[in-house]
Amino acid sequence: MKVYVAIKRVIDPYVKVRVKNDGSGVETANVKMSMNPFCEIAVEQAIRLREAGHADEVVVISAGDATCQEQLRTALALGADRAIHIECDAVTEPLSVAKLLAAIAKRDQPELLILGKQSIDTDNNQVAQMLSALLGYSQGTFASDIDIAGDGVTDGGQRELKVTREVDGGLETLQLTIPAVLSTDLRLNEPRYASLPNIMKAKKKPLDILTPDELGVAIENHQEIIEVMAPAQRSGGVKVSSVSELVDKLKNTSKVIG
Amino acid sequence: MTVLVIAEHDNHRLSGETHKAVGAASSLKLPIDVLVIGYQCQAVVEEVSHVEGINQVLVADNSVYQHQLAENSATLITEIAADHSHIIAPATTFGKNLLPRVAALLDVGMLSDVVTIENADTVVRPIYAGNALARVRSKDSKILMTTRGSAFEAAQMADTQAEQKLLDASIANTLSEFVERQASESERPDLTAARVVVSGGRALGSKDNFALIEKLADKLGGAVGASRAAVDAGFISNDYQVGQTGKIVAPELYIAVGISGAIQHLAGMKDAKVIVAINSDADAPIFEIADYGLVGDLFEILPELIDSV
Repeated sequence: MKVYVAIKRVIDPYVKVRVKNDGSGVETANVKMSMNPFCEIAVEQAIRLREAGHADEVVVISAGDATCQEQLRTALALGADRAIHIECDAVTEPLSVAKLLAAIAKRDQPELLILGKQSIDTDNNQVAQMLSALLGYSQGTFASDIDIAGDGVTDGGQRELKVTREVDGGLETLQLTIPAVLSTDLRLNEPRYASLPNIMKAKKKPLDILTPDELGVAIENHQEIIEVMAPAQRSGGVKVSSVSELVDKLKNTSKVIG
Repeated sequence: MTVLVIAEHDNHRLSGETHKAVGAASSLKLPIDVLVIGYQCQAVVEEVSHVEGINQVLVADNSVYQHQLAENSATLITEIAADHSHIIAPATTFGKNLLPRVAALLDVGMLSDVVTIENADTVVRPIYAGNALARVRSKDSKILMTTRGSAFEAAQMADTQAEQKLLDASIANTLSEFVERQASESERPDLTAARVVVSGGRALGSKDNFALIEKLADKLGGAVGASRAAVDAGFISNDYQVGQTGKIVAPELYIAVGISGAIQHLAGMKDAKVIVAINSDADAPIFEIADYGLVGDLFEILPELIDSV
């Protein structure tokens, strides 16, 4: 089956972000960018499905300005077969991204779409669920295990997979009808690194560029960011020198223990 | 117009997060309806109807909703959405799974993990793992949001009883099917609601050593938490993870033991009233936000601390 993976270019997770003084956003100029960590897990999962014989083709998609081709090349170096770049402004709301992805899915009919559970910049955790809704597909969010038995075709001819989800209070296993949309949680897998020869080969893999117009999607903004603020800073604490001093502070100064 | 709050429950008990979501909804100063989707969930309906500030309880009780799967629950919500200007769910795995699906079906945007509702269309929500806050205005006719429990006061129980209204919609789910649920057993207070949280990190070294964290938590009547490193090392299961990708907590006292303080972890606990850090590395970033820091060997400090509290 065909597996499509959506990836996003974000500020590197190990960069300490700085809020701009004018409140218009966070500083992105000269800041290291990388593939969203949850998207790396999604790419890895798709490649593992191909290695296990479940997937024939792995396609990666990213919506954004031209710079996101860098992350698409990274995904190609990790093993994706081809890439689709949807050229549009970098800041696009989840519903718009879901509509763009849905347009591609309706055209190409992949059996599985894998996304990260959230991007670490906007922290929305929405696109996979929205995409699933727009396509009328089943959804397996926060996946920590994906199990496709045999070729995924049941006796009745229906295609199914099992997904174990990380939910509050434990794990939940669902059986999903294919086609399905999955979103990855951290423990689904450990993403691999791209080797130098694969990075070289990735440069020759196909990368198509599409526009929202070509996909018949009008990008609308449903929300307006009025201001981006730095969170309140905690006042500097003190170091204590012993357990007894700590217990005394907690009991008598902060009064948080009895 | 009215607000619709989606109740989170297990068909027997209402989750505390629903009380927080009702608390959040009350800041809109509009009548609040609560929707209970489930199966044989009469106890939950009774409980909801006694929550303070509720106008009406809408009940969809049918075997097709037993596990509150997103595919048919979302469709059900869209069918009753016409009367509501706002739809709110708690920002738990339940709410996060469900509400974006509803938003897409209604062709509106959604506001995730809201920490302040400023007015009918403007909210504040954290971005970049809580390293920035965005004030966002929605231009949609219907405003959907998940609210972060630790940022709102829970609605109290009242003597009054809200009216119950049965919905007869039975929407089948042909797309997904519940197989099983493996719950983490715990007799300690719920992590997101606990007054005290004691969290351990990779420095604990083993699952056996993690028992020290549990012992301290029990002494303080608190909940146990963990960093992602401790979860990945297999010391404890993932639903104890505190951080951007785990639970967000704001207890009165948070004790971080052997946790360096990566930004992803801080995003989950930096709104605690008092933070204590115990770490052998005096330069660990956790000390920058800790109210009280103790530098030293946790295997010497923890037993002493357990004895003296």
